[in-house]
Amino acid sequence: MTGFVALYIFLIAAIVGYEVISRVPVILHTPLMSGSNFVHGIVLVGAMLALAEAQGPLEVSVGFIGVVMATGNVVGGYVSTERMLEMFKSVKESK
Amino acid sequence: MGASSMSLTLQASYFIATALLVLGLKRMSSPRTARGGILWAGVGMLLASVVTIFYLPGVHATAATLGEETASWNRLALILLAIAVGAIPAWWSGRRVPITEMPQMVAIYNGLGGGAAAAIAAVELYSGRAYLGSMAFPIIAVTGALIGAVGFGGSVVAFLKLQGWMGSPRFTGNQALNAALAIIVVALTIGSIFPSSASYAHLSAMMLVSVFLIASLVLGILITMPIGGADMPVIISTYNACIGLAVGFEGFVLQNPAMIIAGTLVGAAGSLLTLLMAKAMNRSFANVWFSGFGDVAVAATAHGPARTMSSMDARDAAATMAYSEEVIVVPGYGLAVAQAQHKLWEFVQMLQKKGVNVRFAIHPVAGRMPGHMSVLLAEAGVPYDLIKDLDEINSDFATADVALVIGANDVVNPAARTDKSSPIYGMPILNADQAKQVLVIKRGSGVGFSGIQNELFFGANTRMVFGDAQDVIAKMIQSLKEL
Repeated sequence: MTGFVALYIFLIAAIVGYEVISRVPVILHTPLMSGSNFVHGIVLVGAMLALAEAQGPLEVSVGFIGVVMATGNVVGGYVSTERMLEMFKSVKESK
Repeated sequence: MGASSMSLTLQASYFIATALLVLGLKRMSSPRTARGGILWAGVGMLLASVVTIFYLPGVHATAATLGEETASWNRLALILLAIAVGAIPAWWSGRRVPITEMPQMVAIYNGLGGGAAAAIAAVELYSGRAYLGSMAFPIIAVTGALIGAVGFGGSVVAFLKLQGWMGSPRFTGNQALNAALAIIVVALTIGSIFPSSASYAHLSAMMLVSVFLIASLVLGILITMPIGGADMPVIISTYNACIGLAVGFEGFVLQNPAMIIAGTLVGAAGSLLTLLMAKAMNRSFANVWFSGFGDVAVAATAHGPARTMSSMDARDAAATMAYSEEVIVVPGYGLAVAQAQHKLWEFVQMLQKKGVNVRFAIHPVAGRMPGHMSVLLAEAGVPYDLIKDLDEINSDFATADVALVIGANDVVNPAARTDKSSPIYGMPILNADQAKQVLVIKRGSGVGFSGIQNELFFGANTRMVFGDAQDVIAKMIQSLKEL
């Protein structure tokens, strides 16, 4: 992937991110913040790749800490978002 | 690892996973589809993680080609161990924490992501891999590490503050120290991009990168420390956006499109969300970050002659509401503190059975962060279609028979509309004072969180129902039963 292709991806992803949020009601701000926090938990993929390729004790230890933290981001982000959103029910659904 | 070396399965899986993450986030932005949204994103995340484990470079490939099976399988075991170590406490805490404490949990999980982005950068810089390609790689790796480490340090501070384990210490020279440290960090950032040593994996280069990461972490801690607890939502949201960006940057370094897209997506979505929150809280973004205000430690401006509040007991208040047509409830964080949301919903359901039209008016800053109050009400079972935003409901107060204010204060203070000397002047408020009758459930006659006296409480159409929200509502339920 050349630098410019990455730059185009950056541009389009940024616009999509902006559009996704632009019409969100205030009642969803907190769960949505938690949900977007979960989405950047994709860092776990990178942390696993980094640990897989790490050489020597320093790299391995830092890589290990990276995977631990990234997993915390993913799991914590999912559980808290799911818990909050699970409660959002309409009048019809709660009857 | 270049994109070309990725297998088709891996690429296709990342593609699907990314699509699920984007669409999941989209669905999460509407109350009707939000529950499915997190599930979609969850499936995407699971897919991306599982294929990554199956195609880890240097684990399976090396095991097959070089016969170094033991070493490689050890590495895989290490990765799985790290996942277990991270997952168990996060799962446990995420499940157990009360909804009132959710904001600080979001802060800490978010910070962990920043730490992980910094750790990736550290491994890539230590190994020298980040310096092999074009100059863009070390620049982006180091910038991502800086943002991630600052976000991690800052998020931990935000967590400690909201948890009530840390105040807002301000010492003389704090700003000067931050500025000095910021300059040092910039120097270290540049030093890490252009290491002097010919051999990048050299000890001195590793030391430089380590010092850079630690300094960034400390900078994150120091810049967040003086900011007051009330401003933490904006801070957490900012860090969320920044860490998304850091993840996108490290995705570029690893040439991983899923990370680039998901990270950038959160960077953009989070930035907009931050601005929306700051707007909802009537605080400018720059003001939150650099003024060191936010504790709202403004002296109470007790001007005008001493007036009296009129009070009413819980039984009369319940009867007033039972015989009205339209009631708007204005809940504040005091309701959640008193743990009275469930009782309140029980009471509201009884009113509904009597044919009263009841809705909930939520001010954006009710609760610990925008939207927090709606989650607390949803937890008690209140359907989201009864929960209305300030913009949606504000014009309806004029025709409502009763506005029931519980544990809210500044968000219904008319001084925000009229009194230019008031610290909350200009903040959008709920027009509870325009209702025919205003009932306020309040612990005592003191001033609120901000220390500002509330004109509403002295209004001719206002009756104060003094007492703990839990007790008062219990009494109101009791008297409705007897009606």
